[in-house]
Amino acid sequence: MEIETYTLILSALLFAIGTAGVLLRRNAIIMFMCIELMLNAVNLTLVVFSRSLGIEAQVFVFFVMAVAAAEAAVGLAIIIAIFRHYELVDVDRFNLLKW
Amino acid sequence: MVNLLESFLRVAQHAEAGYHPVLPGLILLLPLLGFVINGLGAFLWRDNKRVPSVVGPLAIIGAFAIVVANFLAMRGAMPHDPAVVSLWTWMAVGDLSIGVDLQFDQLSILMMLVVTGVSSVIHVYSIGYMRADPGYSRYFAYLNLFVFFMLILVMGGNFPIMFVGWEGVGLCSYLLIGFWYENRDFASAGKKAFIVNRIGDFGFLVAMFLIFTHFGTLNFTEVFAAAPETLVFGGGVVTLTTLLLFLGATGKSAQIPLYVWLPDAMAGPTPVSALIHAATMVTAGVYMVARSGVLFAMSPVSQAIVAAVGAGTALLAATIATQQYDIKKVLAYSTVSQLGYMFLAVGIGAFTAGVFHLMTHAFFKALLFLGSGAVIHAMHEAYHQVHRHDDPNDMRNHGGLKNVMPITWATMWIGTVAIAGIFPFAGFFSKDEIIWSAGSYGYVVLWVVAIITAILTAAYMTRLMVLTFHGENRSGADAKPHIREVPAVMWVPLAILAFLSLVGGWVQIPDALPVLPAVDALHHWLEPVMEPARHVMMEHGFHQAHEAPLGGGEAAWAIISTVLALFVVVLTFRAMVHRRYSPAAESEAPTGFAGVLYNKWYVDELYDRVIIRPLLALWRGCWKIVDDGIIDGSLNALASGTRMVGWVGSLFQTGRVAGYMFWFVTGVVLILALLLL
Amino acid sequence: MIADFFFVLFAVMAIGGATAMVFARNPLASLLYLVMAFFALSGIFVLLDAHFIAAVNLIVYAGAILVLFLFVIMLLNLGRTEKSDLRGPLYRIIGIVVAGAFFGLLLVMLRGGHATSMAGGMGQATIDAMLESQGAVGIVAEPMFRSYLVPFEITSLLLLVAIVGAIVLARRKAP
Repeated sequence: MEIETYTLILSALLFAIGTAGVLLRRNAIIMFMCIELMLNAVNLTLVVFSRSLGIEAQVFVFFVMAVAAAEAAVGLAIIIAIFRHYELVDVDRFNLLKW
Repeated sequence: MVNLLESFLRVAQHAEAGYHPVLPGLILLLPLLGFVINGLGAFLWRDNKRVPSVVGPLAIIGAFAIVVANFLAMRGAMPHDPAVVSLWTWMAVGDLSIGVDLQFDQLSILMMLVVTGVSSVIHVYSIGYMRADPGYSRYFAYLNLFVFFMLILVMGGNFPIMFVGWEGVGLCSYLLIGFWYENRDFASAGKKAFIVNRIGDFGFLVAMFLIFTHFGTLNFTEVFAAAPETLVFGGGVVTLTTLLLFLGATGKSAQIPLYVWLPDAMAGPTPVSALIHAATMVTAGVYMVARSGVLFAMSPVSQAIVAAVGAGTALLAATIATQQYDIKKVLAYSTVSQLGYMFLAVGIGAFTAGVFHLMTHAFFKALLFLGSGAVIHAMHEAYHQVHRHDDPNDMRNHGGLKNVMPITWATMWIGTVAIAGIFPFAGFFSKDEIIWSAGSYGYVVLWVVAIITAILTAAYMTRLMVLTFHGENRSGADAKPHIREVPAVMWVPLAILAFLSLVGGWVQIPDALPVLPAVDALHHWLEPVMEPARHVMMEHGFHQAHEAPLGGGEAAWAIISTVLALFVVVLTFRAMVHRRYSPAAESEAPTGFAGVLYNKWYVDELYDRVIIRPLLALWRGCWKIVDDGIIDGSLNALASGTRMVGWVGSLFQTGRVAGYMFWFVTGVVLILALLLL
Repeated sequence: MIADFFFVLFAVMAIGGATAMVFARNPLASLLYLVMAFFALSGIFVLLDAHFIAAVNLIVYAGAILVLFLFVIMLLNLGRTEKSDLRGPLYRIIGIVVAGAFFGLLLVMLRGGHATSMAGGMGQATIDAMLESQGAVGIVAEPMFRSYLVPFEITSLLLLVAIVGAIVLARRKAP
């Protein structure tokens, strides 16, 4: 077995752990961190495939990072705004997404 | 644009080169302008009565003056062909091109004279009659609008333009019948008139479609010129077309079976009854049949039906009129009856006689209505003074008004003898010509019916006069001293119309009458318009006898009829004048045959049972089953189904991020599973 | 052989860090576990010959984005060990089952993709030659600034929008 195979298994595992974290935690910041983990798992996959399918795949790693940075900035800003209002970051207490 | 302006302002030039319409557009523009000003006034200066009093009548008198100028110009030139003024193209679709054409020929000029002339008088009269009404400006706006549409009707150079006027006068009639719309009955009378007229208009419309399919044009001149070659004499097409046109005429001119709206139309102000529901609008059907004379002449079946319906209506309405107590109802049924006469005339092909009677009837019936208006006005004022709410229209409350209202009394008698057909008043000449035509053309039954109707007419009009003006006053001791003669602004129009009712018939004096000079002005005048129809009839075996069915010539029967009418008048007067009548409040409804007549042969009730109620039941069923059940039901089912789906969906919408996450991830897992496994 | 050793080391670090992040009670601890996992991933990038990516991952991801998280945790004063905000047992089981199923499906998918990619792969020799001739940065820079210049520029726009959005959202409302 080559290193690529194991790396792909690793990335799938990390992605699944990230998913589990999003589902299990109530803290919005930690949910965000789990999402970052999932994004990085994708990066890992992209790098693995860049070895066989062409180096262009690594360019997308940068794009993913840029999106992650943008998402983190906006998401954290939202969390701060919400925190100012409710004094907490527990997503179960934010039920205003109704209607 | 320049052409349009030119046609509006064109003045007669080159009289020697023929007839040119004088200021053709202005005739229409003046009443329209009056409508606009008074209509604005109804909103802007509601309480100002001076503006409508000046603008309303002046607009019509101005139009009348231009019409007189046109009449004089045409009399000088006496053109054989109609002068058509095309203002602009109204619509051009494929083969169909309809222009806003105004036709000036002898018939339309005559109608315009009658319309604007009688209208002018009635507008002046209205100043007095409507003086105290809060809707004064609105009234004159409607009245001006009516004259505008009536002029379009008679001036239109093609069927669609005529139809515009036809519908327009219907609209104004509706507006004016329901003028006092606060009263529920009056408003429904307006609706009744409108709906009944719609039935007739349907016929008119279909007839227009038929004419267009067969002629490819709707212009009067082209259709009537092409008719003898295009259509088969007595064929199905021409019969159907003319019958449909006649259906339109029965609606507008209140003939069997659509006459029921006219008596109810008396809910409007009395000058309106005089102008619209006696003198002008209701004669539109007669005008239309006379205008389409060529078509009718080509279909003996249609002619027979028109004449039969006319005669039947004349007799039926006359019998009803004998037992009515509402003074306006008597006159309304009298109008229906006289319109029946006119249809009898145009039906048998005596178009000129029909138009002649139309003209004289406009004079004396307007006079009678305005006279009754004067009586009602006086009675209303008197009751108003003593705060009583008795019916000022009911003749049982009148009586003995001769002494307090001498001018009204005298003019009304002139109108009565005119309508009764007594020499030398207008009605004698026109009615006699119709009766003589029916007899000499060989229509025995129609001739008999016409004579019986003439007798009935003399009888019920004398009854009206006796009940209203003679005997003792029954208005009550308190109200009696307050009854006064109407002001000059109201009796001067009466006098003018009385004069016309006297001399109006002298335009056409048969040469058979002894002593009198023979005058053939009307026949001569209408000759260019009526000649083609006459020609068609002559070609197909029409001939006029020189003797009535029972023998005797025209002069003999003229004398017989006038003596008969005079005899009936005197007899009725003497029989009724000394009888005592009780006021309306103390009277019982007539019984027996008189009761049947009093209840108008129960025709309204019959229509109610046979047509209105089944229709209502049908539509109620449609409403309950189709509308409520199927249409609303399916929509409601759809809506509640959507709501159910939404409710199920809303179960997922907890508003909690965790829930959304869970469903989102589960969804991704399921989709992946579907794709991969 | 030594590469295998490092791979196992980094893999264990990454999995351990990720798992610890999910279950740690202190958000600050979670964050530090995540940083550890990212360090391990950078190591794996190196093993995969993506030296530049490894560096950027450390500098931008671990160094900038995660520090932003750190700032926020500090700013909101959440860096205390408190009652765990993990969900209850039933939900925990469901979550782990769903995540497990997801893992299984990802494995199936990646195996398929890996098999196809290997068929037309470049091989270690090609990669080494490219690294030799262009350098670690050059091999990424070439496609990025040739084929993907426009998306690259649009990314800058995205970041600008994100900055403006973050400022607008997080700004204290004027009193």
